[in-house]
Formats: sequence, C-alpha cells, structure tokens
Amino acid sequence: MATKWKPLIEKITSEFIKSLLVSFWFMFLTFPIMVIKVHPLERTIEWRWMNMAYVAIGSFVLSFIWRYLMERKEGGESKEEGETWQKRIGLKIRTDKRISMPGLAAVAIFIVIFPLIFSSYQTQIMISALMYVMLGLGLNIVVGLAGLLDLGYVAFYAVGAYCYALLNHHFGISFWMALPISALLATTFGVLLGFPVLRLRGDYLAIVTLGFGEIIRLILENWNEFSFGPSGIAGISRPSFFGMELSLQQHTIYLYFIVVVLVIFTIFVVSRLRNSRIGRAWIALREDEVACQAMGIDKTKTKLTAFALGATWAGFVGCIFAAKTTFINPASFTFMESAIILSIVVLGGMGSIVGVMLGAFVLILLPEYLRAFSEFRMLAFGAAMVIIMVFRPQGIISGIRQRYEFRRAGSEPGGAQ
Amino acid sequence: MQPVLDVKHLIMDFGGLRALDNIDLEVLQNEIVALIGPNGAGKTTFFNCITGMYEPTKGDMIVYPPGKEKTRLNKLKPNIVTEHGLARTFQNIRLFQKMTVLENVMVARHCRTKSGIAGAILRDPKTRKEESEMVEFSYNLLEKVGLAPFVNDIAKELPYGAQRRLEIARAMATEPFLLLLDEPAAGMNPKETNELDKLIMKLREEENISILLIEHDMKLVMSISDRIYVLDYGRMIAQGTPAEISEDPNVIKAYLGEAFDA
Repeated sequence: MATKWKPLIEKITSEFIKSLLVSFWFMFLTFPIMVIKVHPLERTIEWRWMNMAYVAIGSFVLSFIWRYLMERKEGGESKEEGETWQKRIGLKIRTDKRISMPGLAAVAIFIVIFPLIFSSYQTQIMISALMYVMLGLGLNIVVGLAGLLDLGYVAFYAVGAYCYALLNHHFGISFWMALPISALLATTFGVLLGFPVLRLRGDYLAIVTLGFGEIIRLILENWNEFSFGPSGIAGISRPSFFGMELSLQQHTIYLYFIVVVLVIFTIFVVSRLRNSRIGRAWIALREDEVACQAMGIDKTKTKLTAFALGATWAGFVGCIFAAKTTFINPASFTFMESAIILSIVVLGGMGSIVGVMLGAFVLILLPEYLRAFSEFRMLAFGAAMVIIMVFRPQGIISGIRQRYEFRRAGSEPGGAQ
Repeated sequence: MQPVLDVKHLIMDFGGLRALDNIDLEVLQNEIVALIGPNGAGKTTFFNCITGMYEPTKGDMIVYPPGKEKTRLNKLKPNIVTEHGLARTFQNIRLFQKMTVLENVMVARHCRTKSGIAGAILRDPKTRKEESEMVEFSYNLLEKVGLAPFVNDIAKELPYGAQRRLEIARAMATEPFLLLLDEPAAGMNPKETNELDKLIMKLREEENISILLIEHDMKLVMSISDRIYVLDYGRMIAQGTPAEISEDPNVIKAYLGEAFDA
C-alpha cells in the first residue's frame, strides 16, 4: 500500500512547493501596493500586514486549484472519458423525445413569460443578449462554418443600423419596411467586402476585414452631411404595432418578442444551412481549401455566399438596434463590438448553434450580473474567458455533425447504432 | 483505342527552374497508367498542372471525356477541371478532417448537384430528393470501398489505410472518367497495399474509368499498370509496358537501381 501512495504524495508535495513559490512571488509583487500605504500629509507609513496574508493565502489556494485542474486536463484518460460522457448526454438529449420535448416546452414557456415576470430593465438586457445571439449566429456562418476570420463584422451591423436610421430620418420609413432593406443592404456590403478578400486567408484576411470595419466607422464619423457625424441620429421610431400607441414598457415587451421571433428564425435558417449542400461546402472550405477546390467546389462563390449571408444577419440586428435605442452614433460600432461577437463565437464553440447561444448569454449577461463586483467586473470577466479557453479550447459546446441511419438487407448495419 | 487524356509538350517553369520539360503523356480509355520516378522528379507537379492548381508555362492538355466534346484544360480552375471529369487524391492525405466519412463523400457531390440557399432553407421536395439521392449515392460508394461501417465516424479518427480509401471514394463521387492517384499506397502495410491493388482493379472494371497513378511501390505498379511513364529531373526518360520498363537501362540507373528485378 505504501508504495502505491508514494508517487501521489511526492506529486502533491511538489505541487505544494510550487504553489508556495507562486504565493511568495505574489507577496513580493504586491508588497508595494498592497502592504505599504504612505500618508503624505501626516508623514506616516501604514504597514498593512494583513493584506499580505490575504494575498498569500489567495494566491496559494488559486495556484493549487489551477495546478490540480491542469493535471486533470492533461491526464488523457479522464479527458477521453469526459468527451464520450458529454457526447452521450448530448446525443441522449437530442434523440430522446421524452427529455427534449418537455425541456423545449419549459424553455418556450420561460421565454414567453420572461418579460411579464421580470422588470423592464431585465427585459432590456435580455433583448441585447438575444441580439448578440443573432450576431453570433450570423458571424458563426463566416467564422465557424466557412472558417474565414472576420474582424470587421461590426461594419455590417453599422450598415444595418444606419440604413434604418437614415431611411427613417429622411423618408419616415417604418421599422418593418426597413428591416428587409437593412438586411439586403448589409448583404450587398458583404459581397462588396467579399470580392477583394477572396484571395486572402488567415491572418491577412483578418487584417483586411479589420480595416474594412474601421473604414465604415470612420466614414460614419466624418461624413457629416451623410451620417451626422459623431453626434449621431436621434429620434428613430420604435417598431409600430398595427398603428397603436404603446407605452415605453409595452414597447420593450413588443421589441422583446420581435427579437425572440427573429432569433428563432435565425436558428431555423442556420441549422438548415449547416446541413445542406452549401453548408457542407463551407465546412469543407474551412477544413481544406485545396482539397475543397479539387473536389469541384467553386471557392469564389462559396466564400461570397458565406460573407453575404453572415452580413445579412448583422443587417437585421443593426436595424433592431437602431429601433431599440432610438439613437445611434458611430461610437456604438467600434472594433470592440467585433471582438465581442467573435469571442461569442469562439468561446461558445465554432460551428455549434447551442454553443454560440450559450456564448452570447455568458458574454453579455455575465458582465451585467457581475456589476456587484463593481470595478473588478472586467477582471472577473477576463478571468472567466481565460479559464474557458484554457480548459475548453474547442468552446463550451463543440459542433456536432449530422448522423445518417442506414438499414438494408444484405449489407453491414450502418455506422449509426 | 481512344485517348481520354492527351498532354503535349508540357513545360512548367518556377522562376528559373524547369520542373517539367516537354512532357508528352497519354492515357487511353479504361487504362491504368503509372507515373514513376525519384523524389523531386516532378510527378506531383505534373498532377497539379493537369488539375488546374498550377498554370503550365507552355503546352497543351486536352481531355476527351467519353461521349462528350473534347476540352482544353489549360487555364481552367481546379473545380472546373473536376467538373469536366478529372478527380484526384493527394500525396499527403487531405480529407475534411472534422466532417464525417459520409459527409466527406457528399461534399464531392457538390459539382454534380444544384440546390442553392433557398433550397437549403425551405427544403422543398426537389432539394430533399437531391439530398436523399446524394446520401444514397455516397453510401453506395462507401460500401464499394469497404467503408460502410464507418459512415458516421469523424474522418480524422479513421485508421490510416481507411483514410486513403476514403480519399479515393471522395474522388470517385465526382463521377470522373479519369482518376488521378498521388501515391495511394504511401505508408501502407503489405496487406493494405494488397487491398488497394484489388480496389483499383475493381474500380476500373466496375466504373469503366481510366486511372493515372503516381506510386513508389514497385510491386503494386508492376502488377496493376498497363503502361508506365518514368520521370527524372522533369524529363520523361522512358515509357512502355511494365516488362519493358523494368529492363530499361536508363530507368534502372535513374530510379530502380541495379538490384531490382521484377
């Protein structure tokens, strides 16, 4: 027995010592700011030794937990098991109607009663989260499926928003009219961006799209006659409801349901696209561009459709954004937005619809509910992102491919169980 | 016998380097032709030229698809070449790794199907029919190459030999009249090579196609080829039947080595 435990004890001792070193290092690093406090007026120095103790204990415990988790992650066996376990659960949920049906019904009921049981403020937050779900799913087509790293996605979002804002401002066009127009215009811009970047991929593509995003923002910021510059456009109409007058709260609820319907529409379209002839061509393009072309797929057309369809969703959401805030200016369309949407896709799991939705909720709702931590909010947020990426580099939920069943006489039973 | 591929005076320069120097090559209908030669002789470059990945400096590449108009392949994009009925595999396996085995084959049906975005979203009867035909076709093909038990597996998780066979199935899904195999037996053990030998013969019989292959495994080359071309430093140094090639002094010197006896 003693020999069996020996390596484990040795391991723990060595990890213990390493964590101790980390803790000393942090004590040393934070000593000047956490321990010494100089009161210049009274000319005294306060030594806050308790802080040092907190730092020591905190860093030691965190380091030890981190080491333990890394150890578990690297132990290949447990990882394999985790994967199959997760796959089995996922398959069970999707295939077993007794679980999926009530689950879906519960989610549906929750979605419907959400604005009725929660405050207007909560509903507003949920609207933005759902908008980011749509943006994430749109960008997922470009990044997750077609594998084209697009850092300027916010440009199409801006196009959609300004399309509605300007049409409404100049011609009084309603939300419902502007919604398809915004989407179409964004699609056009998607194709416009698609053309010059057809030959590029990877890092180069990322830089060009980044530039494109900035160009759109700078145009909006500087072309005063067209876009009213940094002061933006105010007084954009909210969506009309059969010509009825709605209070602000009713408007919020109304918009909430519009967004819910559009999210469902998006999920429907994206899930169908994913397992279609076009969707498979996108994934093939992502997996191997050379082989994809050699198998008879037109690279140009496939890339353009991915850009165009991705942009369409940004156009939709842009229009909703303008209607929601009733005021837009270029400051809403900075690179930070693109980065957040991209994070949603990567964090959630490239190519996975459920993953992207979870990613959007985590990234948009977490900062809201972390407000309790006030100034540590972004720190906690960043830490959460790092932790997810270290332990699940493929995202929260990785994309799963469709399975096909084959049963026929005289042949081996198909791979599907 | 009618040729299906006729390459004349093909020259490929990379800057100052002449990778292919005046190559003439012909593949007849239902023939298995091997292209052999030492590493760096330009075999894969030749494949890349006829499949449209490189644009050759000079020369003509003409295909005569059975029952169709002849076409000049020069300056056609790779996907158009595939549409005309040439399909290839790669020396270093290039599967769509994260897709399932069946999907890998289905992707290759892309150029033989038509449904677009609207069809994908609405799933109208026509699209559904096309889709189910695609699944059926792909499954039959996988059965033929012996991959039916793996249809729903992820491509990269397949054993090596099966990955090679999947590449062949994928190429076959584009319905080629000429199949180009770039070192199909590389890295295979003797048993797998033997199975590959049978598969290639079977494909030729059943699908009535021609095959052009690059291969280093001389046993395989000698047993299945009707004719052999030998490349060395971008030049065609010999051509003929396996018996002729194995006795050609130039080939023995440049490639086979003195000890080789077929």
